[in-house]
Amino acid sequence: MERIEAIKTIVEQLDDELIICNLGFPSRELYSIKDSPRHFYMLGSMGMASSIGLGLALTQKRKVIVFEGDGSLLMNLGSLVTIYSQSPKNFILIILDNGCYATTGSQCTYALQVDLSKLAKGIGFKKVFKFEKPHEINMRPILEKDGPIIVHVKVEPGNADVPVIDMNPEEIISRFMKIISSDK
Amino acid sequence: MDSSKAIYKALKDNNINFIVSVPCINLARVLEMIDQDKEIKHVPVTREEEGFGIAAGAYMAGEDTAILMQNSGLGNSINVIASLYKLYKIPILMIISHRGTRGEFMKAQIPMGEATPLLLEALKIPYHVPSTPEEAYNDIKSAWKLAKAKKYPTAILLEVSFW
Repeated sequence: MERIEAIKTIVEQLDDELIICNLGFPSRELYSIKDSPRHFYMLGSMGMASSIGLGLALTQKRKVIVFEGDGSLLMNLGSLVTIYSQSPKNFILIILDNGCYATTGSQCTYALQVDLSKLAKGIGFKKVFKFEKPHEINMRPILEKDGPIIVHVKVEPGNADVPVIDMNPEEIISRFMKIISSDK
Repeated sequence: MDSSKAIYKALKDNNINFIVSVPCINLARVLEMIDQDKEIKHVPVTREEEGFGIAAGAYMAGEDTAILMQNSGLGNSINVIASLYKLYKIPILMIISHRGTRGEFMKAQIPMGEATPLLLEALKIPYHVPSTPEEAYNDIKSAWKLAKAKKYPTAILLEVSFW
C-alpha cells in the first residue's frame, strides 16, 4: 500500500476532526486528496507533528488526528512519553510507517528494526491498532473510543506525484485558528 | 519582591495560562508555584523543542503560552523557532535561566552561556536582561506585549546574579 492510499482511506472515514499533518509529501498528498480549514499543513520543523497535536488536544474539545511519519516520530520519541503521561482523550496519532525518510530520498529509518506499535505498548499505551493493508483500515470503532490512541499503518516507501501546497504559512494557520475558535 | 515570585506574578498578571517547561535549578521555585496554580495548564516536557511544538498547538486553540527552560534548551530549539514560530508567526514568551554568566560556578555552562545572546540575535528574537525582580516583572509585561503584537517569540534572560 502506498501512503497516499492510506491517507485517502482514513480521510474518507473522518468527519469534522482537526488534522495536523506532517511536513513534506504527507501534507502535499493530504492537500491533493482533500483540502479543509480543519487541516494544518506543516511546512517545516520535522518531528513536531505529534507535539503540536498534543498541545491542540489539551486545549480544546474536538478530536485531534495527527498524520505522523516514522522518521519524524523517531526524531522526537520523547513526545510519545509526554502524550502517554498527559493522556488526552481526544487524541489519535496515526503513524504512517514506510520505514524510510521518503521526502529526502527514501533513506532507511530504524523503524525497519524497531516495531513502533510494540514501542508504544511498552510505554503504556492501551489502545494501539496496527494495519498492514489499506482496505483493512477501519476508523469508525477507533473514533468511538477514548484516546490517546495509536494507529500504526505500514505503507510502502515512495511518494505520490502531487504538487506543492500553494498556500502561504499565514493562510494555513489563520484559517485553521478561525475554524477552531468558531466552534469552541 | 522575591525573584521567583516576581516571575510567577508577571506570568499571572499577563494571563499566560499554558506553560511548558524543562527544569532548571534556578527556576525550581517558579515551577512549584505554577504547578500549584489550577488556572495554569503546566506541561513538563522531555526536551525543549517538544515544548515549543506543544505550545504552538495550544496557541492555535487560543491559549497564551510561555516556555520555561535553561539556556541549553535554546540550543535544542533553534529549528522549531525558525521553521514553525517564525514561519507561521506564532508568539510565545521564553523565560530562560541563563547559566554560564557572571557568578557561574560550573565551567561546563560557560560555552552555551556565551552563545546564548548571539543565538537570540541570530534568530532576531528581542530579549531583556532584568537585574532586579521589579525589572523582571516589567520586562515580562513588555516582552509579552511585543510577542503578541508582532506574533513572534520574545525572551527574558535571567542571569546567575538575578537569583
